[in-house]
Amino acid sequence: MKITVNVNGTDYARVVEPRLLLIHFLRDELRLTGSHWGCDTSNCGACVVWLDETPVKSCTVLAVMADGRRVTTVEGLPKRGALDPVQEAFAACHGLQCGFCTPGMMMTARWLLDQNPDPSADEIRTAISGQVCRCTGYENIVRSVLWAAKHGGDGA
Amino acid sequence: MQVPAQVEYEKATSLDQALALLARYAPGARILAGGHSLIPMMKLRLAQPEVLIDINAITSLRYIEPAGDELRIGALARHADLLAAPVAGEHFAILHDAEQVIADPVVRNWGTIGGSLCQADPSEDLSAAFAALKGSMIIHGPGGSREVSARAFHTGPYQTVVGPDEMLTEIRLPIRLDGGSAYVKVARRIGDWPIGAAGAAVWLAGDLISDVGIGLTAVGATHFVAAEAEEYLRGRPADEESFARAGEIAAEHCRPVSDQRGPADYKRHLVRELTTRVLRTAVRRARGLAS
Repeated sequence: MKITVNVNGTDYARVVEPRLLLIHFLRDELRLTGSHWGCDTSNCGACVVWLDETPVKSCTVLAVMADGRRVTTVEGLPKRGALDPVQEAFAACHGLQCGFCTPGMMMTARWLLDQNPDPSADEIRTAISGQVCRCTGYENIVRSVLWAAKHGGDGA
Repeated sequence: MQVPAQVEYEKATSLDQALALLARYAPGARILAGGHSLIPMMKLRLAQPEVLIDINAITSLRYIEPAGDELRIGALARHADLLAAPVAGEHFAILHDAEQVIADPVVRNWGTIGGSLCQADPSEDLSAAFAALKGSMIIHGPGGSREVSARAFHTGPYQTVVGPDEMLTEIRLPIRLDGGSAYVKVARRIGDWPIGAAGAAVWLAGDLISDVGIGLTAVGATHFVAAEAEEYLRGRPADEESFARAGEIAAEHCRPVSDQRGPADYKRHLVRELTTRVLRTAVRRARGLAS
């Protein structure tokens, strides 16, 4: 089936099997390997991307379901060549250890700050509660999101 | 690597088109909404439809709105929509309680209310909540639409009254005065299915319980309902003694099984305790003493 998906502002037309998962479409078809393929069971959140305006777990969405929609991945976070404040924050606050969960964490964090520019630590924990950091580096992830909120959390 | 088996895909842009596609492909077709239950089932080959009918483009089925003395929820409303809808929280605190503990925030962004109900997992939270609220479901098929009580919607684990050429389109909840409701779930971790959960909706006439609905999740309650406990409570004082006895009755009549989430006797204990707690909270809310 032929689909056209706008990923990070660029239209990509591809012929795909209906059973192809969005995460594999992004990684294998488009070679956008920033989004990570983790648990396969919608538990870990390493594969979180935005479908239109909201974060989804792309291992549990078919690529054909994104036909005609916009997808934003971690590669789409920088604006005009500059890192998003959330990305700067993860670097500044040591918000990643092995880095596997990081793209998903950052996509959810950016979305949270768009909804709620000044979240509490509890609200951040709730927002990322469906995502797993197997290094257990949650404290620094929460600290990173708080840092991003303080230093331009609205993405400006 | 988990991937679904080969499947055909059709996109419906209207209810009529979805029904026409169902008529053409049933019984080998499945409706695809959020897919957050169906796609994992397909990966595991527990579901292997020949055709998926994607209804995500039927935006007219995504709404939460009052109509007269009812709240109407479109089958394509996302869990996040229900959690965020002030009109739902205002009348039915039980929905807010339940949605906060269904899956996780990212899954709630895309998973749908109708999809959860039609999946009919015995551990699914909204089935018990809608049963407690005595709601009803609107089902469309080739012959038009029909309304089915939330308490007659499920015919067994993973089974509903929705026929192979039919589709759930709406959930209706009666808005009644002098009521309060609550839901509590105990799970091993965030996003997990419940070990056990209970929901209650209580309507008061002075100090007495004039009507009550009690829903139980994941503990083998027929139609997700604690019917015997409801019957006991009707007409009784809304006090601690009644709540405690209702909890005992609910625990006695449910049929939990021992599994990896816990032994049956522990689940029975949960039913007793959680039923008592949700009745207490629902009554406090009905009296305006709790939010």
